[in-house]
Amino acid sequence: MDPMEEIRQTFFIECEELLENLESGLLAMNEGEADEETVNSVFRAVHSIKGGAGAFALENLVAFAHKFETTLDEVRAGRLEPSAEVMNVFLRSADVLSDLVTAAQEGADTPSEAADGLIGELLALIGAEPEPAGKAEGGDVAFSPMPLALGDADDAPDFAPQPLDLPDLGAAAPAGHAVHFRPHPRLYELGSEPVLLIRALSDLGEVSARAETGAVPRLDAFDWEKTYLSLDLRMEGAPGAEAIEEVFEFVDGECDLKIEDADDPSGGPSGGDPLPPGPPPADESPPPASPPPAEPAPLPPTASQAAPAEPAGQKKPAPGAGARSTVRVDLDRVDRLVNLIGELVISQAAIAQCVENPDAQAGAHSSNALEEFKQLTREIQDSVMAIRTQPVKPLFQRMQRIVREAAAATGKSVRLKTEGETTEVDKTVIERLADPLTHMIRNAVDHGLEGPGKRLEAGKDEEGTVCLNAAHQSGRVVIEISDDGAGINRERVRAIAVDKGLIHENAPLSDAEIDNLLFAPGFSTAKEVSNLSGRGVGMDVVKRAIQALGGRISIASQPGRGTTFSISLPLTLAVLDGMVVTVEGHTVVVPLTAIVETLKPLPEQIHRVGGESPVIAIRDSFIPIVDLGVRFGYRSPVRDLDQHVILLIETEETSRAALIVDRIVDQRQVVIKSLEENYGHVPGVAAATILGNGQIALILDTDDLVARTAPAPAIAAVA
Amino acid sequence: MRKTVLAIDDSRTMRDMLRVALTAEGFDVQLAEDGIDGLEKLRHVQPAVVITDINMPRLDGFGVIDGVRSDERFRRTPVLVLTTESAAELKQRAKAAGATGWIVKPFERTKLVSVLNRLVA
Repeated sequence: MDPMEEIRQTFFIECEELLENLESGLLAMNEGEADEETVNSVFRAVHSIKGGAGAFALENLVAFAHKFETTLDEVRAGRLEPSAEVMNVFLRSADVLSDLVTAAQEGADTPSEAADGLIGELLALIGAEPEPAGKAEGGDVAFSPMPLALGDADDAPDFAPQPLDLPDLGAAAPAGHAVHFRPHPRLYELGSEPVLLIRALSDLGEVSARAETGAVPRLDAFDWEKTYLSLDLRMEGAPGAEAIEEVFEFVDGECDLKIEDADDPSGGPSGGDPLPPGPPPADESPPPASPPPAEPAPLPPTASQAAPAEPAGQKKPAPGAGARSTVRVDLDRVDRLVNLIGELVISQAAIAQCVENPDAQAGAHSSNALEEFKQLTREIQDSVMAIRTQPVKPLFQRMQRIVREAAAATGKSVRLKTEGETTEVDKTVIERLADPLTHMIRNAVDHGLEGPGKRLEAGKDEEGTVCLNAAHQSGRVVIEISDDGAGINRERVRAIAVDKGLIHENAPLSDAEIDNLLFAPGFSTAKEVSNLSGRGVGMDVVKRAIQALGGRISIASQPGRGTTFSISLPLTLAVLDGMVVTVEGHTVVVPLTAIVETLKPLPEQIHRVGGESPVIAIRDSFIPIVDLGVRFGYRSPVRDLDQHVILLIETEETSRAALIVDRIVDQRQVVIKSLEENYGHVPGVAAATILGNGQIALILDTDDLVARTAPAPAIAAVA
Repeated sequence: MRKTVLAIDDSRTMRDMLRVALTAEGFDVQLAEDGIDGLEKLRHVQPAVVITDINMPRLDGFGVIDGVRSDERFRRTPVLVLTTESAAELKQRAKAAGATGWIVKPFERTKLVSVLNRLVA
């Protein structure tokens, strides 16, 4: 890939990270929890975005970032108090900055009204006047975008002589310049080197030099840290004084320097023997290369002469082109993996030895070696999975903006509280969770929370709260979205469901069943589609998205207290802890997370309801029995259930079922292979896996199995 | 022999740009992510010139200059600061802190090279 394009992509990836830092820093500031380093990191984030954007000539992005940075700098310097009003502008500026970055990435670095408006607000905060449009920034505050040209080393145009902007280049032009140069000790202390400066001068034109040696003391008085020589240089040809000054740019102040036209009488070389530019004092550097080139070497353009931006379009890829998905990984995790691989190599050698040198103890050795190998494989698997996991923090942070915008659109005052941001989830899960979560957060603000007036009436704080929590719970990740609003208006939900023909008017529904109607396809609680959470997407879409991730979503609501949605997700989409069982000679995998206990039933525990449907009595409750063999069509119903094994399984909705299988084989991790991709959806089956012996085994979808076992009439109608 | 440049910047974009531009010019480029990282690398990289950003986490560019100047081996190693401002004030602050010169971001490769040629043989 073109190196410039590669860096461009890096830049946008970095922008994402910087925007995350910016958001979290600003939120900390908003909460009044910001220390100096937080403020610095906020400043740095904007500063770095500006810096990178400049290199790609993203003028609008640069202009906005520059104003944002300027105002942030006032806060950093303690000249501007980060009041609520200021923070409000900053938070919205971060949103706009994020939009500008996205636009730039898509090749549309164009002015935006939102940006212009905020620039005005930012400047107002520091008492500055917005500049009239089109006016260039003044000289020394200028931050003019200037693209970095990265041609090949021998890229001729890069080095083509630039016409110098000098007056009177005709006959009246001076024949050359006289330069008087006397370095101070400080020049060396700062790491500069006169020899190299003179060499750089010789690149501009022919240089002759004369050293003034009068000040050099006798050897016994010589202090090598002092400087004694001064040089009178004569530049032939007509490089501008400006170009000569530029050579001495860094040593201004650390030397006596006088640059004059050569024909100025006072500037001629002074007395002393003509010398080639000798080694400077206190240094062993060789003299500069001579003779100097006859032709003036091409002069690199100076900053002030540099041509403005190249047509930016040249560097812009097609929108979305080459977008890469990347993972940021802690080095520790990679190191751990490298270590494990090292051990794997050793382990492999040990096994090879057992195989190649069979002796009396080979059996014991090889089983030890295999055990170790198995352990290592497991650890490597964990390590590789850990590389794919990411904290949910960036995802949660994005929701802050959603809340801000939703609150503004609905005129409500809302605060988003997040917890468990360090909880790690598979990267794919995080990515695919963004849309459902956005929708649910919007819903919470739009439908969940009451308006400020109603809240005050209800004796609540005017400001509503939406909470976003993440936590690990028994091998899964649980994400909760809760609000402290009015709770689900069940009468209305019921009325809507009846109205839309989802349920029968007289259907006896529990509160939970009514709440679950929200997930029914085509259900929308808003009387009219609001411009906020409407968008033609209902909770049924959210539910499907969650299910596609192997997750479950449930709802709990308390009138007057609020509503909580819980999403339970697998840690990874690739591997599952399962119990391997057999049914009529078929091997089936049951997800371990679903299994509560396993038992061998006693005949007296089994009862039959209505003659046929068997149930099992376990600790005072009756649980329906599901014969997996019958369910999957492997056999017809059997009577001797007590000859089999029962797996007690529990679903997210906490309904239970007793699964009849023939034998428990093993408990192990299995690699999930999608059945849908390779075959098609099968009720009760979540996926498949390939066992060590090459056999394919189905992985049960226990929730689906249970739901189909004891269907609640009302829910069955909508599920 | 190729001259080694130690480039210290917390922005990956900027590090990449310096790496690409300077490698194309025949320099050996070593990168560091912040001041602490930079000073740690200084000892074994033994650069001919150090280029450092000013605003960085953990240790800023001024800290880098101090660290370089206080190490006898690098007391006179050229240190260039990267700055987005062409403001005279920051340049003077950097000089006062012991910097040799500066590079104004975004830089042009030709300018970068002419600056380095004035600092390393």
